[in-house]
Amino acid sequence: METKVNIHEEVRWNKIKTYMIMSLFIFMIAILGYFLGILYGTPVFGFGIAIFGAIFYTCIMYIQGSNIILKTTGAREVTKREYPHLFHTVEGLAIAAGIPTPKCYVIDDTALNAFATGTNPKNASITVTSGLLNKLNRQELEGVIGHEMSHIKNYDIRVMLITAVLVGITILLSDFIFRTFLWGGGDRERKDGGQLVIILIVVAFVLAILAPVIAELIKVAVSRRREFLADANGALLTRNPDGLASALEKIKADPDPLVDKANKATAHLFISTPFRKTKGFVTNLFSTHPPIDERIKRLKAM
Amino acid sequence: MVWLIVGIVAAVLLIIGIVMYNGLVRLQNQIDNAWAQIDVQLKRRFDLIPNLIETVKGYTKHEKGVLEECTKARTAFMGATSVKDKAKAENMLEGTLKTLFANAESYPNLKANENFLQLQEELSGTESKIAYARQHYNDIVLEYNNKVESVPTNMIAKMFSFNEKEAYPVPEEERKNVKVQF
Repeated sequence: METKVNIHEEVRWNKIKTYMIMSLFIFMIAILGYFLGILYGTPVFGFGIAIFGAIFYTCIMYIQGSNIILKTTGAREVTKREYPHLFHTVEGLAIAAGIPTPKCYVIDDTALNAFATGTNPKNASITVTSGLLNKLNRQELEGVIGHEMSHIKNYDIRVMLITAVLVGITILLSDFIFRTFLWGGGDRERKDGGQLVIILIVVAFVLAILAPVIAELIKVAVSRRREFLADANGALLTRNPDGLASALEKIKADPDPLVDKANKATAHLFISTPFRKTKGFVTNLFSTHPPIDERIKRLKAM
Repeated sequence: MVWLIVGIVAAVLLIIGIVMYNGLVRLQNQIDNAWAQIDVQLKRRFDLIPNLIETVKGYTKHEKGVLEECTKARTAFMGATSVKDKAKAENMLEGTLKTLFANAESYPNLKANENFLQLQEELSGTESKIAYARQHYNDIVLEYNNKVESVPTNMIAKMFSFNEKEAYPVPEEERKNVKVQF
């Protein structure tokens, strides 16, 4: 089980990826601002506002993103007194990984799931559902925590956090703009036929540019490789791949995998997809996780 | 022109040397830190043992031998200084603790005691933390030793006498892969 890919290399790549995603986002919003500016006759102003807003938003999210994610998923910080075995597991594996102990959060939900977030190992946190705590035994919990711990150690959490918040706002923005063009601005359209053409161009632009970019961002964030790597490194931490394998079996068998407050932007953070299993082309296209059977198979082979 | 090239090459070599040297120093500090981490966890266990013995005492009148054994192992550890001695005393302590908890199985009153349960959770948590701390120590020692032995870092290591470090010996039964029970 010597799957130790050079960790320093992984960390460096993840940092570069984060900057690439951020720049791409700012660039995209700036272009969008420019086009909206054209619509209102002040492209340079639109461009300026958009780029300023995008940078401002990115900075705020970089600092506050993990708190926002924890809030929106309904996670609450727990004390050692409440869940001593969770704390012991997290503390133990943090020692094994050689990183500071992350904070522990719990989502009160019967579903079995977990995620880690933060921008670096010093401010990271691990969240598990109460269902997970109830249904997994000690080795299985260790397996799951080990998986999350290696996400933290590899700086996967930084890429995933930035993707979550940027994808979130992008979906929101494109939705908003799309709606505005569909229902609002009706007066102007009737007065001037030329403007209608521009509007259509902008809408087409938004749809053509944003949709694939979002899909691409999600793919970058949750490359199957990243999950497999976290499985392998997690197993290396616990020295027990069977623990995680059997935890994944239980997660797979979970009849209701839906974490109530998960959404498209945060889905890729979780150890296993928080949505109901449906078989459709679109679902597979946007599927954020490698098939669980494949993961179990690889763990068993270690 | 020739001197310029020589100068540039020398500067590049110097920078590479500094980077390698710093890498070794960083690892050495990490090793010290990991060692301290093991000590922290072991200390934690020592602090728990008197409490445990106090709690168990009232319930298990005729198991005095095990308790004394526990205390003895604890003091033996305090005196140990080298890595090997420490590991040996630690294994002894681990063994007696195992016997103690195994014996506790036959005392239903003790098993129902809130305090005992809490101590048991606390001790097993600490136990696994000790194991993880050792594992981390060995991981870093391995990385360090690899660097000290392999080209080109071995030249820097020799020059500034970075010596190979001793790994923490892992008890026999822990080497086996632990199987999950359903």
